[in-house]
Amino acid sequence: MELFLHQLLAGIATGGIYACMALAVVMIYQSIDHFNFAQGEMAMFSTYIAWQLLAWGWPYWGAFAATVALSFIGGVVIERTLFKPIRNAPVLSHIVVFIAMFSILNSVAGFTWEYTIKSFPSPFPSEPLFGNRLISAHDLGMIGITVVLLVLLYVLFRHTRLGLAMRAAAANPESARLVGIRVGWMVALGWGLAAAIGAIAGMMIAPIVFLEPNMMLGILLYGLAGAVVGGLTSPVGAVIGGFAVGIVENLAGTFIPVIGKELKLTIALVLIVAVLMIKPSGLFGRTAVSRV
Amino acid sequence: MSAHLAVRGLRAYYGQTRALHGLDLDLAEGGITALLGANGAGKTTVLRAICGMIRSEGEILLDGKAIGGIAVEDVVRLGVAHVPEGRGTFVRLTVEENLGLGAMIRRDRAEVARDIERVYAHFPLLKERRRQQAGTLSGGEQQMLAVGRALMLRPRVMLLDEPSFGLAPRMVAEVFEILKAVNRSDRVSVLLVEQNATLALAFADRAYLIETGRIVMSGSTAEIGADENVRRAYLGY
Amino acid sequence: MAAREDIAEVAAPRVGGLTFPAWQRLLTVGVLIVGLAIPLFVRNFTVFQLTLVMIYAIAILGLNLLTGINGQFSLGHSAFYAIGAYTTAILMDRFGVPYALTLPVAGVICLIAGFLFGLPALRLEGLYLALATFALAVATPQLLKLSLFERWTGGVQGIVIVKPDPPFGLPLSQDQWLYYFTLAVLVVMFAAAARLISSRTGRALKAIRDNPLAAKAMGIDTALYKSLAFGVSALYTGVAGALGAIVIQFVAPDSFTFFLAVSFLVGMVVGGVGSIPGALIGGAFIMFVPNLAEQVSKGLAWAVYGVILILVIYVMPTGAAGFVRLVAGRVARVVSSNR
Repeated sequence: MELFLHQLLAGIATGGIYACMALAVVMIYQSIDHFNFAQGEMAMFSTYIAWQLLAWGWPYWGAFAATVALSFIGGVVIERTLFKPIRNAPVLSHIVVFIAMFSILNSVAGFTWEYTIKSFPSPFPSEPLFGNRLISAHDLGMIGITVVLLVLLYVLFRHTRLGLAMRAAAANPESARLVGIRVGWMVALGWGLAAAIGAIAGMMIAPIVFLEPNMMLGILLYGLAGAVVGGLTSPVGAVIGGFAVGIVENLAGTFIPVIGKELKLTIALVLIVAVLMIKPSGLFGRTAVSRV
Repeated sequence: MSAHLAVRGLRAYYGQTRALHGLDLDLAEGGITALLGANGAGKTTVLRAICGMIRSEGEILLDGKAIGGIAVEDVVRLGVAHVPEGRGTFVRLTVEENLGLGAMIRRDRAEVARDIERVYAHFPLLKERRRQQAGTLSGGEQQMLAVGRALMLRPRVMLLDEPSFGLAPRMVAEVFEILKAVNRSDRVSVLLVEQNATLALAFADRAYLIETGRIVMSGSTAEIGADENVRRAYLGY
Repeated sequence: MAAREDIAEVAAPRVGGLTFPAWQRLLTVGVLIVGLAIPLFVRNFTVFQLTLVMIYAIAILGLNLLTGINGQFSLGHSAFYAIGAYTTAILMDRFGVPYALTLPVAGVICLIAGFLFGLPALRLEGLYLALATFALAVATPQLLKLSLFERWTGGVQGIVIVKPDPPFGLPLSQDQWLYYFTLAVLVVMFAAAARLISSRTGRALKAIRDNPLAAKAMGIDTALYKSLAFGVSALYTGVAGALGAIVIQFVAPDSFTFFLAVSFLVGMVVGGVGSIPGALIGGAFIMFVPNLAEQVSKGLAWAVYGVILILVIYVMPTGAAGFVRLVAGRVARVVSSNR
């Protein structure tokens, strides 16, 4: 029983990482209507920027805020320069440009900061909270930040005109133009937000997995699994999905002997496929109902 | 009466193919003008060209100012509401969100709230379904929503692409009634594209007849309706 | 969804007295003659590289049958490539089966694997399918390393196999022989793909791509055809994997990462989605451009590769095949207007 509890809490802790990433995934999906494979690399790159600022002696929260701001601008700039010119190209061309971005960011990060593992500080106290050792202060802090982000996004999307305009632009660009929405800028804004959230996710994850250019691919997959499990159209679902993936991963790894450490990534695969089989729009996602 | 919207020598293209071949059109301030023609004559293309959805050449003047070549969203911001073919519903958003989007460029929040109520007064059915995903509405209900969304802009010009499409006859009369009321009270100039010529001639005060991308006849609806050829080809008697 | 490009569906303006298809046939024969002659004039290493180009082309063609013709996405074709490669390696290494005989086995196993993966994937559309296959690609190396299968797969170490000698005492080097062997397989499989695309089945697949609802209404069993497309696509990629194992003489889990699946996708888009000859261009691209990038800058090789990729997409948004068609169309118009 104690082992179970321990693994459950560990699952919630890692689930926080995935939830954070899943949120970024859903964010970009909401604004551009497809999935950005370079998102993990963007987050990794942002984290390196934070690391660099810290190395130059910036205070943590100063570096944090600057990184988020820079990432936001970077996201907008990437959309305006790389993706605006190919707006009308087939989806596959976009995917190839994502792949190109992936290799550029990964390569430049490795070239600039080298491929050696770096440690990244946590803003939260390192001593165990309330004397328990099951879940660290960093884990709790990370979960807290995820929840705060979620609430902010919820307010943005459900209760502001800007959020409504962004959703409309993603769902039906042509009609959005017909009500006067500047669709191009909404998409760019979505990129900016996704990049900023990714940066936060990266800075929260880096103290746990350490900083290196390839830190994000596995996490992106888990984040993806979380987003799909929860439903790509629902930020709340994505966060719950992220936690669910973390918990299932830990419990399955401990209690199902064949799985162990080796197959953890495969769990994500099985989860994605299983959920998609039963409920193609995810557990919390809304199906677009439309009449022909 | 001055022309609110004037089109001179309009040519429009789909890729390399020219669909309109130099078309003149005047929309009287506060008037209702119908654009009649068979399937594929280019009626929809005229509307799409006016609001910048497709590449076009020639002059498009709104209040005497050229708006040709301006992006769609900027044309809309000048007060031109377009109810597109196929209604342009945001299927995943709720009915009320759809209406709110219609007023996206307006800043006067209190007035917007009042206008939503006004649309609900016109279409009580929409009020019942305000929290429903718009995609779940029937075709006719979506048509009402599209008209309602256009009204939310407080437009000065309305471009209507077959608003009768998919509506039951009783609803058609009702929608046109409402459009007429708005036309009078807000002095909105209306350009109406219709296949149902009888309906359009009863509703409009001027009409143009378009065939394969060219205007072949224009005049008051009484004149057009009395024409022998029009009667035979479009009115069926 | 996918770019709708089909080499068979081009209008046929005449250039220099020949129609477009006639030019194509002429070009095909020309390429084939050059292809037959090349190994006699270049170094063994170049022959080896060109063999790999052909192998990638077969794999890309497999992906193309799925994406270009049937409109389904896959980021997981490295998995089928791996299955093909491991089938051949295990058969050769553990059971002493001659290499040529392992190809059909690899093909059939991949056909079944692809069909089975395609069945549940039926319920997934566009993006979701991309995600599921992405996960498949990421999980493949892990599955191959699994200690459970280590007896056959050799675990992390992989399997080393022996390079076959040319048969009948032909005066060729091993590399040259494998080149011709691969070329023969390629010709057969490309011809079969061309046949498939213009057949009834091909039309059904295209109908599903363009309008699934209408296809269903016409009585096409969309479920069966889509799974079948997945199976055939996996078969092509699997045979490519088998050839790859023989030519490289080695299989190991880390050769079959997500990166490989991405390369296939890149090759397909660069060559032209839905184009059969485009697959060869795509194969050449993913074989040579990374090397080229490395010559430009060692440390930033992949960044250079990324930049090249973006430029290619900007210049040829519909891939090499689309680009050629565009240019050919222009030329034809100029020629005919000069008359």
